[in-house]
Amino acid sequence: MKRIQIDPITRLEGHGKIDIFVDDDGEVADCFFIVPELRGFEAFCVGRPVEEMPRITSRICGVCSEAHHLAAAKACDDTFHVEIPPAARKLRELMYSAFFTGDHLTHFFILGGPDFVMGPESPPAERNILGMIHKLGIDTGKVVIEARAAAHDIVKILGGKTIHMVTSIPGGVTKGVTEDERDEIIDRAERLLEAAKFTLGILDDVVLANPEYVNLILSDTYTHRFHSMGTVDENNRPNIYDGMVRVVDPDGVEVVKYHPRDYLEHIAEHVEPWTYLKFPYLKAKGWHGFEDGTDSGLYRASPLSRLNVAEGMTTPLAQAEYERYFETLTGDRSGAVPVHQTLATHWARVVEVVNAAERTIELARDEEITSPHIRTIPTETPTEGIGSLEAPRGTLTHHYVTDERGILEKVNLVVGTTNNHAPISMSIKKAAQGLITAGTEVTEGVLNKIEMAFRAYDPCFACATHSLPGQMSMIVRVRAPDGAVLSETRRD
Amino acid sequence: MSIDIEFGTEVTAQTSSKPKLALYWAASCGGCEIAVLDIQEKILDVDAAFDIVFWPVAVDFKVKDVEAMADGEIDLCLFNGAVRNSDNAYMAELLRRKAKVLVAFGSCACEGCIPALSNTTSRAATMDWVYRDSPSTVNAEDVRPQERTDTPLGVLELPAFWETVCDLDQIVDVDYFVPGCPPQAHQIWAVLETVIDILQNDKPLPPKGTVLGAGDRTCCDECPLVREEKKIKGFVRIHEIIPEPGRCLLDQGILCMGPATRSGCGGLCISVGLPCRGCYGPAPNSKDQGTKMIAALASVIDSQDPEEIERILDGVVDPVGTFYRFSMARATLGRVATGGSTRADDSIREPQPTEVRP
Repeated sequence: MKRIQIDPITRLEGHGKIDIFVDDDGEVADCFFIVPELRGFEAFCVGRPVEEMPRITSRICGVCSEAHHLAAAKACDDTFHVEIPPAARKLRELMYSAFFTGDHLTHFFILGGPDFVMGPESPPAERNILGMIHKLGIDTGKVVIEARAAAHDIVKILGGKTIHMVTSIPGGVTKGVTEDERDEIIDRAERLLEAAKFTLGILDDVVLANPEYVNLILSDTYTHRFHSMGTVDENNRPNIYDGMVRVVDPDGVEVVKYHPRDYLEHIAEHVEPWTYLKFPYLKAKGWHGFEDGTDSGLYRASPLSRLNVAEGMTTPLAQAEYERYFETLTGDRSGAVPVHQTLATHWARVVEVVNAAERTIELARDEEITSPHIRTIPTETPTEGIGSLEAPRGTLTHHYVTDERGILEKVNLVVGTTNNHAPISMSIKKAAQGLITAGTEVTEGVLNKIEMAFRAYDPCFACATHSLPGQMSMIVRVRAPDGAVLSETRRD
Repeated sequence: MSIDIEFGTEVTAQTSSKPKLALYWAASCGGCEIAVLDIQEKILDVDAAFDIVFWPVAVDFKVKDVEAMADGEIDLCLFNGAVRNSDNAYMAELLRRKAKVLVAFGSCACEGCIPALSNTTSRAATMDWVYRDSPSTVNAEDVRPQERTDTPLGVLELPAFWETVCDLDQIVDVDYFVPGCPPQAHQIWAVLETVIDILQNDKPLPPKGTVLGAGDRTCCDECPLVREEKKIKGFVRIHEIIPEPGRCLLDQGILCMGPATRSGCGGLCISVGLPCRGCYGPAPNSKDQGTKMIAALASVIDSQDPEEIERILDGVVDPVGTFYRFSMARATLGRVATGGSTRADDSIREPQPTEVRP
């Protein structure tokens, strides 16, 4: 038994390593995706004043601090039993929609996109954002940089800081917007929508027009039949900021739709001794180990799953794209049949980009956002509260219990990426098993295709990835049992 | 047949004479990495001035590549994140050996930041809550993550989770400090520009221990709000008051860490109506942010009556978590006693970080 260890896995927000066990026949015997880190926010937030949580928990993730900041603020409102003014709610959702658009866009271009635009087995030195700019033209780079800056501008205006924003507190937001600021926000929001449309064009011309890529997306190596989770409005259309959590089974049949306050009735977490991260699953189905299918309790919470639970989109362009997505992948434009191809997550992400950009413009033009009434001072005794929204990487839940002074006694967090822990592990393993078999030459391209299995979920490191090309190097040697080198592949 | 993958080899040996730059994150949130990218197009200047030899978030070099380097081969290492497990410590020691200049980058590496609030609780309490008592956890057999797990295929290993979170300076010798949660982009660029100038023009380095990329006053000194040094009769919490614009928040009874915090952020929180929480670390010439803040509060409390003073101070609902919100690893008081080990206890360093990487 030999082991391939990739440590640390790179281009990932946070720490991770992959251990692949290869048996004497050269087949993958097993594969472990290990998260070697725990920071313990749930324990050390006990004793803190609950109103400080939006500023403390943003530090869980500097990439999606908006998600934690707002989930915390919503949990605070709930704890104080306070209804925030409509303008405050819209300002929070506006900031969140702009962030979400920018986050997804940069992910598409910098993290996921290069594998398709340049090709999964293209030279690594070209398989990055700069390679894409070279291939697609300088406008591509301009669009990515401007879209990122546009989203940051909106977050800075509304949140006070671009990383670890501060303005949402129990009862509302501490900063409103002026008409001048509104104009600036509309300008940036329109740029975000232009970038979203540009992205659709790239998706069509480069990915969908290439049958080889479409076959890769549809291949069994990247397919798992999991349950799907996502937050929806009263018409079962996705809403990233607020709504009910809907779960459908692998056939698309609704299993449950619950208020985020009831998450404990529906979600449980399993512990394994070899990783610090827990494995959430559907309580009603139970934990049956690493298996997919209707009887398994495993679910995805990702762009892919959010479209699977949706019965249409809230905005016109996104609706058209939703129909095209499902028609292409399942033959049914209604969206009733779920998509299970992990790599289709990239396409689903672009549909979400369009929706979030359109929503950003809607909110930026809303009459009410310049209202000075943005705070309600809580008057009720704080007790317990739950706040939930859709982080870019999955449903995020903050749950607080306080004493009568609002000092935290208990904190429980179920975080976006954590939902997908078991599916990510299984996707990596299936890709490794499908791609490393007896007699296969393990090329750099093969290894990149294994990485593509987690890159589809992943995350976070949108902004940075591949910004510095030509630095990666790796040698893969395939050895006989006596240690003799049978083949060697290098990338440098 | 077996397959081994060797990441980064002499194939990558740098052929240019550019100085080598490494960036690493230990126990952190990724915000410092994003902040580096927020210098926008200037990242290309950084790429032009340095060979980036290690940056897990952005490029695919592995730990083995760093281990293979000669001592001192890296010219500059920006290290962000606190040190809270054996893996973080191993990386701190490794990068200290390999780097000529090691910078504690961001609040976590400088003074522990939010992760160091963990020093108000214990490893046992954290583990019990996360893996046994939290309401979503189902774990009848009380399975806990283990440093070694035997599987039929081989052993799986996890780093040891420490009792106490440390800042970088408590683990290895640090040359310079760049504070902030996160450091603001304009400050990061100012630091990098200075370093590039020093390296390219053979200028002398600043004195060891210098705080870079920040001001040399307090946030309070640079605050645009009008402070009248009014005496207060009680504290209010942020959700209980809509502050009067233009007036000092502390004068209005809102606890603001500005008097005890180094300047450099540009007063971002104040500008949106919220008090400073201290993310730029202790004020110049002060080692302990909390004691400095207590001294500042003493001057604003309007009472000589011990009972009344006590009542007023009761309004500070979480003194330790507020005064040391970002600097708990540096607090003179060490850590909150929890029945676990203290900083003086050798067990916080176990296993010895110089050992083989877990």
